[in-house]
Amino acid sequence: MSTNEVKEIKEQIQELLTIIDAIRKEVSEIKQAKIQKIHMPVATDELDAVVLSTEEATGTIMDAAEKIMEMASSVECEASENIVGEVMKIFEACSFQDITGQRITKVVKAFKVIETKVNSLLLSLTPIDNLAASGKDSDSTEKPVDENDKESLLNGPGLPGNAMNQDDVDKLLSD
Amino acid sequence: MDKSMNVLIVDDYRTMLRIVGNLLKQIGFVNIDEATDGAEAFEKLKQKNYGLVISDWNMEPMTGLELLEKVRADDQLKSLPFIMVTAESKTENVLIAKKAGVSNYIVKPFNAETLKGKISAVLGE
Repeated sequence: MSTNEVKEIKEQIQELLTIIDAIRKEVSEIKQAKIQKIHMPVATDELDAVVLSTEEATGTIMDAAEKIMEMASSVECEASENIVGEVMKIFEACSFQDITGQRITKVVKAFKVIETKVNSLLLSLTPIDNLAASGKDSDSTEKPVDENDKESLLNGPGLPGNAMNQDDVDKLLSD
Repeated sequence: MDKSMNVLIVDDYRTMLRIVGNLLKQIGFVNIDEATDGAEAFEKLKQKNYGLVISDWNMEPMTGLELLEKVRADDQLKSLPFIMVTAESKTENVLIAKKAGVSNYIVKPFNAETLKGKISAVLGE
């Protein structure tokens, strides 16, 4: 190897060290505590509030629907049956609250995975004494389904197009 | 179908209990009880004579699947009609529930017609 080649390699290594040093400085400015203590709790609290407010709103809608049904059944006319039929549709539609609640729980789990990943990244790029120990790691919020692992069976609602519909379920049951 | 039979609805979402309860009343059932997880449901099933269970899957501490397995393993309850009503819609879920002895399986969200149809299929018209 010629002297010039050695010099070039040294310069490239020096350049790399400068880049790594710059990354370290940038990463050390990221406030890990802020992510853990402010951003993540705020995001999950907001999502919890969404679940709570939709639950309250659904409760109010259902209270009203139950009263309408009561009133309709105490009146003897042809319209009464139609009113009850329409109120049933309101009840059916109210099941959105259960589905959205389960979807939001999945989002909260995804946030926790992201938090763990960010912590791991920070740990690998900054001096150990600057960072708190990272939590357990996981690649996904959704484990592969395993009959012997009951928790892996609990994945909540699938996304449209990805989940089975009632006809698919009926076919599976009848096979 | 004997609509005076006792029906137990199991779900950890209060709203779902109300929805299913109202749909059942509309179908004509009058004796409807509720439980918010599998353990509470199993206790109720041991105390009273039920003709049908309609249960969610995803509940804590005892899931709907665990409740189904307990019911099928119990000499007194093993032939009790059991309908799973759940958002868990993967093929594996349906097959595991079928293997565990579920009488029918309804995917959320569902409508009154689906519920009525499945109840009729399980209990007979």
